[in-house]
Amino acid sequence: MDNNATLTTSPSTLEKKPTGLKLFFTRLLQQRMLVLMSIPFVIWLVIFKYVPIWGWTIAFQDYQPGLKFSEQQWVGFKHFKILFTDETFSDQFLRAVRNTLAMSGINLILGFVSAITLALLLNEVRKVAFKRVVQTVSYLPHFISWVVAAGIIQTTLAPDGVINELLKWIGVIDKGQEYLFLGKAEWFWGIFGASSVWKDIGWNTIVYLAAISSIDPAQYEAAEMDGAGRLRRMWYITLPGIKPVVIVLLIMNIGYLMESGFEPQYLLGNGMNVDYSENIDIFVLKYGLQQFNFPLATAAGMFKTVVSFILLFSANHIAKRMGQERLF
Amino acid sequence: MANLASVSKTRKFSSRNSSLGDKIFDIIIYVVLTLLMVVTLYPFINTLAVSLNAAADSMKGGIHLLPRQFSLENYKFVFNENTVYNATLISVLRSVIGTIVTVFASAMVAYTISRPEYVLRKFVTIAFIITMYINGGLIPNFLLIRDLGLLDTFAVYILPGIIGVFNLIIIRSFIEQLPDSILESARIDGAGDFRTFVNIVLPLCLPVLATVALFSTVSQWNSWFDVFLYNSSNEHLSTLQYELQKILQNSNTTSSAESGFANSGAGDSMKVSPLSIRATMTIVASVPMIIIYPFLQKYFVKGMTVGGVKG
Repeated sequence: MDNNATLTTSPSTLEKKPTGLKLFFTRLLQQRMLVLMSIPFVIWLVIFKYVPIWGWTIAFQDYQPGLKFSEQQWVGFKHFKILFTDETFSDQFLRAVRNTLAMSGINLILGFVSAITLALLLNEVRKVAFKRVVQTVSYLPHFISWVVAAGIIQTTLAPDGVINELLKWIGVIDKGQEYLFLGKAEWFWGIFGASSVWKDIGWNTIVYLAAISSIDPAQYEAAEMDGAGRLRRMWYITLPGIKPVVIVLLIMNIGYLMESGFEPQYLLGNGMNVDYSENIDIFVLKYGLQQFNFPLATAAGMFKTVVSFILLFSANHIAKRMGQERLF
Repeated sequence: MANLASVSKTRKFSSRNSSLGDKIFDIIIYVVLTLLMVVTLYPFINTLAVSLNAAADSMKGGIHLLPRQFSLENYKFVFNENTVYNATLISVLRSVIGTIVTVFASAMVAYTISRPEYVLRKFVTIAFIITMYINGGLIPNFLLIRDLGLLDTFAVYILPGIIGVFNLIIIRSFIEQLPDSILESARIDGAGDFRTFVNIVLPLCLPVLATVALFSTVSQWNSWFDVFLYNSSNEHLSTLQYELQKILQNSNTTSSAESGFANSGAGDSMKVSPLSIRATMTIVASVPMIIIYPFLQKYFVKGMTVGGVKG
């Protein structure tokens, strides 16, 4: 069999021919190098990404660490029922779900508004050097870990921190009235939102600035000739110009609503703000690895992944139907 | 002629506009952007100043942009600790090894799924993409690592994250944009797929590989959760981020049940203090990334725009 013939045979004709399977293996043998280069990593993928999905079975068992899989006792949806109805757990779990949705929602809205605003402002800067400096500086917090960021945020918000000093200086509070910001539970969502904006505002502008740079300059010239000022050009040309990108990213981010993050909440959370900082991921960590209730924690994690999957899948589908390019 | 007229008209308009409205607009933009830079940079400069200030003096407060009593004692103290010395080594090792493995493996798989003739192309691609939508979660992952015997090993920093799907996709997009003629000529010369990949595709992919390498290095250097989860009982495998996390945790909770390096500043109150050690460790843990990212700016900007919008 010569090389050309195998290359041009399409899969559909393959199935019809009686020699289809044989042909498939002939080609597989010819492409053994490609197989060798990729299949070991598929095996890796199965072990590290698919085997844990099999681990969901724990959620349906009264899992005992010492026992074999066949010896475990199956209990159906018992642990899911506990999550949603049991007095001791459901309050905390539902609180964790609320906190997850609230924080990712806040993050979504603040993240979009702040990044788009910054991109619009940067686009109006005429001095190239200044623009470059601002951009480089604004990327900085993205490159530090949440551990470092949390340390900085704690220092800034401490009673002797710079925010309290600033409040005293402008006369909002007096000496001795300093706020313990991270001790006020109901402020946590706001602090989390502000921290996330601080960390990623610059990074998030990259996509918008790229979209802005692909807008046809002739549009701006035409608008200028018609007497449109810079604010109007921003509103009527730049914003509509990046609309498709904004919509796709917005839809994709709605798919990630169950992912509110783990590190900032864990690192900034404390006993005083736990009512507002504990999200599903922290709930899983607490019950799973600190109290060793593996089935309950796995059930909570599984609930999160399944809801996430539905959200992501719908988001992707909607983006496709709107005629925008899907992420994948 | 008409063109010329319109050009001069444009100039007139912009010069008239720039008289007042434009100037105010400009001033607002510059003020807002300068404020943003201050808010971003101040915490770092302040932390740096505290780390370079004598510990006893820092306790009095009031240090902002510059150290008041310049001193390198904090850094000397931190690096005299075996823990920090060792943690730095582990942080560097996992960043370097993790990045090399990730870049090579991701590029290799990306190459195979960019070959239109590869019969398993669809299968491999879909197997990877499914894992973007669905994952086992914390507990099953932990049990897997435990059952594989990877607890308390260095390998646990490298093995679970060899290939990220995002990296795979941006490298594949890049390879697909390469001119076919180059790959074809290699084939005519009789080069096999592995040789074509190593000798031709890898060098051509340098820009996108730089992007992936940067993402990988940053995430390896900055991660602490896997240390906490899998290796917290083994001090020799601790990293800088995890050491810093322990310090933060300790200064958060007043009860200092945990002892060790995180508290060791307290005894030596003349030279160092928890405050100054914390600032110094923050600088040590963040400075390497702060130094490298500006040089790789054009790569990550490209990577984000290719991967983020088009996929």
